[in-house]
Amino acid sequence: MYRLIFYFALKETIDLSKFPVDRIRNFCIIAHIDHGKSTLADRLLEITGTVSKTEKNKQVLDKLQVERERGITVKAQTASLLYNHQGQQYLLNLIDTPGHVDFSYEVSRSISACQGVLLIVDANQGIQAQTMANFYLAFEAQLSIIPVINKIDLKNADPETVESQIEKAFDIPRAECIRISAKLGTNVENVLQAVVDRIPPPPVSTDGPFKALVFDSSFDHYRGVVANIAVFGGRVRRGDKIVSAHLGKAYEVNELGLLRPEEHPTQKLFAGQVGYIIAGMKDVKEAQIGDTLYLQEQPVEALPGFKRAKAMVFAGIYPMDQSEYPGLRSAIERLTLNDSSVTVQRDSSMALGAGWRLGFLGLLHMEVFNQRLEQEYNASVIVTAPTVPYKAILSSAKLIKTRRAVQKNMVYIDDQRVMIKYLFPLNEIIVDFYDLLKSLSSGYASFDYEIAGYQAADLIKLDILLNGRPVEELTTIVHTDRAYSTGKAVCERLKDSIPRQLFEIAIQAVIGSKVIARETIKAYRKNVLAKCYGGDITRKMKLLKRQAEGKKKMRRIGNVEVPKDAFINVLKRKDK
Amino acid sequence: MIKRTFPAVRRVLSPGVRYFSGRDTTEDVCDGTDSPHDTKQASLYVHWPYCLRRCSYCSFNKYIAREDNSHIMTQCFQRETETLLQLSQVSSITSVFFGGGTPSLAHPSTVAAILEAVSKHVNLFDKAEITLEVNPTPVGMSKLKDFCHAGVNRVSIGVQSLQDDDLIFLGRDHSCHQALQTIEEARRLCPGRVSIDVMFGRPRQSIESWENELSELLKVCDDHVSLYQLTLERGTQLFKQVQRGEVAVPGDDVTAEMYQCARRTLHQHGFLQYEVSNFARHNAVSHHNMSYWKGRQYIGVGPGAHGRFVPLGEGGVVREARIQTLEPDVWIREVQQRGHGTRRRIQLHHLDVRLEEVLVMGMRTTEGINHKHWELFSPQLGLHEVFGKSNDVQELLQSGQLILDDRSLRCSWDGLAVLDSILPALLVELETKILQRRQRNHSSDGQTEQASSPR
Repeated sequence: MYRLIFYFALKETIDLSKFPVDRIRNFCIIAHIDHGKSTLADRLLEITGTVSKTEKNKQVLDKLQVERERGITVKAQTASLLYNHQGQQYLLNLIDTPGHVDFSYEVSRSISACQGVLLIVDANQGIQAQTMANFYLAFEAQLSIIPVINKIDLKNADPETVESQIEKAFDIPRAECIRISAKLGTNVENVLQAVVDRIPPPPVSTDGPFKALVFDSSFDHYRGVVANIAVFGGRVRRGDKIVSAHLGKAYEVNELGLLRPEEHPTQKLFAGQVGYIIAGMKDVKEAQIGDTLYLQEQPVEALPGFKRAKAMVFAGIYPMDQSEYPGLRSAIERLTLNDSSVTVQRDSSMALGAGWRLGFLGLLHMEVFNQRLEQEYNASVIVTAPTVPYKAILSSAKLIKTRRAVQKNMVYIDDQRVMIKYLFPLNEIIVDFYDLLKSLSSGYASFDYEIAGYQAADLIKLDILLNGRPVEELTTIVHTDRAYSTGKAVCERLKDSIPRQLFEIAIQAVIGSKVIARETIKAYRKNVLAKCYGGDITRKMKLLKRQAEGKKKMRRIGNVEVPKDAFINVLKRKDK
Repeated sequence: MIKRTFPAVRRVLSPGVRYFSGRDTTEDVCDGTDSPHDTKQASLYVHWPYCLRRCSYCSFNKYIAREDNSHIMTQCFQRETETLLQLSQVSSITSVFFGGGTPSLAHPSTVAAILEAVSKHVNLFDKAEITLEVNPTPVGMSKLKDFCHAGVNRVSIGVQSLQDDDLIFLGRDHSCHQALQTIEEARRLCPGRVSIDVMFGRPRQSIESWENELSELLKVCDDHVSLYQLTLERGTQLFKQVQRGEVAVPGDDVTAEMYQCARRTLHQHGFLQYEVSNFARHNAVSHHNMSYWKGRQYIGVGPGAHGRFVPLGEGGVVREARIQTLEPDVWIREVQQRGHGTRRRIQLHHLDVRLEEVLVMGMRTTEGINHKHWELFSPQLGLHEVFGKSNDVQELLQSGQLILDDRSLRCSWDGLAVLDSILPALLVELETKILQRRQRNHSSDGQTEQASSPR
């Protein structure tokens, strides 16, 4: 660590202002999962570190090793790299969100601060769904695209075919592809050269008024909000009074600097540079992603920014036990501080008690969030089935197959690969579609989606009754064609989870006043242990005490006692 | 060595009778200790661990004897009986029950030796109920007379079924004919004190065949019948057969009907049900088993036997649940080395633990728990106070499954069949009330409760 600081301290002697805009490049790495994004980022960091003339290569590598040993691998993060090319020093800003979540919203955030992308494709797997999605994002943003074929060291690598795919799918000449092995470092240097040669410098001017785009933010308990910004014009320095275009609130810059990828304080940031800024913001909501920052005395027109991250998947999150509510609340608060895209609404279910309805950008997002809740905060939570926002009930939508999908187009990427586009209702893909697709295609198919907006559909409210009493937390909105099967499934799950009682229990799924499914739990006619003598008492008492404990946790609906497990069984997402 | 006690020769006090001692009864009950009237007597259970073969449904603690070790067994039974009697400091044994296993495989002299050991140290009345479980085999039958000479005055015969097919399938070592003969012989030896065990819910059994079987039994039986629904116990051969789908047992509705049908039939024949599984006419109830349901002390002797008593002999004041070592060989070694084979001792410290047992066991009887009996264990919280106001209990009372009146808290005819669905509600209520009371006492700054308990 000491050496590292020393190393950067030396670098600090280089005045950032001496980087003319034409020697700055802003780029990001986009890839399908596991195609080697982080590995390439690691390599780029290493290489730009090792070219330093004043330092021994080994030390930089050592530092990275130590980091790895501690489990803090240098993930693709925002990092400013110093790179010498043909006698000139360049500032290469590798922009990426530090997220754990890989979806297009995040990618588009990084892309908007860039002029070029490295599009990584696995030499073995070829173009996959996210490769396509990310390509289009970059293409639409009119960025320079550098195709990088990774993992050429693998036995089954077939860069030839992948190049053909790239040519065919993206209309990029195969000659522009760079074949590398990020793992071994093969040809990675060429990537850096291509960044300098093929990506244009940011179209900005240091002369104009200060203007910066907030493309990410995180929260630090000691310093408040840390906003990652791309400076699009002018300069900013410590002590400047800046204003958030979104809120119109003014702040004083306390600290700013480069990300390498660690925070590296500097005195100023100039147009074309990317870095972080701390300005006394107390809430991540004050550093709205996509917001524009400017100097108080020099107002500018806000940058186009981003569409507000719109939650598309909702899940009810409840503590396993109500006594865990305060702990879970603080865990959620802390996690959402660093992830402003999660919407939080308080909610309560009569079955599960007080909890929250959280909105996520996607399923993966939700899963990561829940996993972090459990792993980092040791919170045991009940996750109820995600729901999708519906707008209105108008008329019938066309149905194709069971998933109500409409095929939009079909393109053969090569003779072995086909890309089919469907329009799906979101609720059809939200729970298990991806898993089903993977298992049906033995893992070969890949899948990506974007939100196509609201569509009219024929939806209906489905109520569940226990002995005539509605169970409000089980009320759902379903497609008319699914009402019967959903109702039936819920009734069956309930039947399996509610223990027999002293009276008959009718479980009904109802639409309006029409019963569409029914299950009956018969009353106990006999429930008594036959033998209970001297040797049986201990065992019998244990059994009964357990039942008595369970009884306390039951929820009563009318006269029916329902174990919490029953709700969990019905509400929770089905395991894979 | 065993401390000789010289109990006064007098009728054993019934538990309802006030027993005077220097200690404050109210205080004792409050902190969970047994009141003296309870600790002066106990029943004795003797477990004979051996069987000739394994029944396909049985998960009891039993062993197939490899050799005749009856001499050592006898010595150990005697030794352990003496040790535990001394430990309990009881002055009398109210009843003895020889169970198993197959205790009728034991030598009558073993039974005699154990009874001798008992009466050598404590009061064992001539009229005390001494029950022996008997397998209705020719050997078992031939020894009946000697068992009676040894002191046995009540016989419980494991008939199980009157269908030879079923007896074979269940792995029993007797035939229907032998069972009938044994019943006859036992009735001759112990008239009015013969019980038969019968099992229903057997594989392939129908309601009709059960009805027929019952009427056959009623022709031959004496004044006591125990009916047990066959339960599938993990680890038994039958359990595996049912799991594998090789054998089907009647469904819940069928066994429920069998039970109701048997209760009706027995009732018509003058048998009063006095417990979930037990029926008697001419008041021939099993006093030994009644003492379990009344929450009285009992001493367990033999491999795997359970006991519940206050070990006054070592200065104990709290009732303990005691379990003897399971394996006969190990048990023998332990008894030889330290006089007893008690493997586990669980102190039943708290008042609520005792009360819970009183409740759970008492509710199994048709007379339920009368107010006086409850007051012995819970002088401060009466049955009405605990259960009278609860919504759950009110529902049970209204649905007619539970009865709470001036006499007692008890199950109705219908309620008894679903007792295990009723008990959790009662236990929750009991726990709540005890907790409330405790909190109130705490908040009233440790005021004594003496005044609130007129006795």
